[in-house]
Amino acid sequence: MKLSKIIELTQAKVVAGDTTKNHDLQKAFSSDLMSDVLTLDEDHILLVTGLSNVQLIRTAEMADIEVVVLARNKKANDEMIELAKENGLVLLETPFSIFRTSGILYKNGLNPVY
Amino acid sequence: MNLEFDIVSGDFSMAGRASSQIKKVLKQLQVEPKVIKRIVVAIYEAEVNVVAHSLGGKLTALFDEKGIEIELKDNGPGIADIDLAMQTGYSTASKQVRNMGFGAGMGLPNIKKNTDELAIKSKVGVGTTLTFRNYF
Repeated sequence: MKLSKIIELTQAKVVAGDTTKNHDLQKAFSSDLMSDVLTLDEDHILLVTGLSNVQLIRTAEMADIEVVVLARNKKANDEMIELAKENGLVLLETPFSIFRTSGILYKNGLNPVY
Repeated sequence: MNLEFDIVSGDFSMAGRASSQIKKVLKQLQVEPKVIKRIVVAIYEAEVNVVAHSLGGKLTALFDEKGIEIELKDNGPGIADIDLAMQTGYSTASKQVRNMGFGAGMGLPNIKKNTDELAIKSKVGVGTTLTFRNYF
């Protein structure tokens, strides 16, 4: 699924990253627990989370995740945005819950990691 | 080549600094991305462990043509039962650590999964030394 489609479906706001690359993502994972994200063997996935802190950005960096959606109307702080930009991470904010975000994306063809 | 980083106890905003810099070096060395991911996930988990559980310590990364060796040496308090600490789900993490998205008792098992060789030595009241190696 194209990044532009993900942004449209989740009514997301882009707070960091280059969307002109229009990433094409095949799979997604939803979690607030970064330990679970770090156990995934898949990379270049979409991460949907309600955890808004610097460790989210670091986790995405180490796990080779290029697009993150902050759900539940969570906002990224300046430190997160700066670090996301440094690492070329696309950071989105959606007013939808994790359940709703995941449901919409799944229904429209984005696959689960497992 | 040798890289050294000080890790400060409780400073979560800096957890990931060492893994981030090491990742940049591994990319420059043109190591395969899947191998880089295993290495930096292991280092990041270990960094978070030192920040979350220890009184602070030092991380040393040694690069050679075959791979990378990482040593994390902390200044205590030490792990009383290493076998227990290695069990998935066992954790002594604080609420603060859990709020950061960690503390589920998955760190050490995930380090083991992502490394080719792992050794852990600990003495209560002295400290813990974690050493691991990955081949390129």
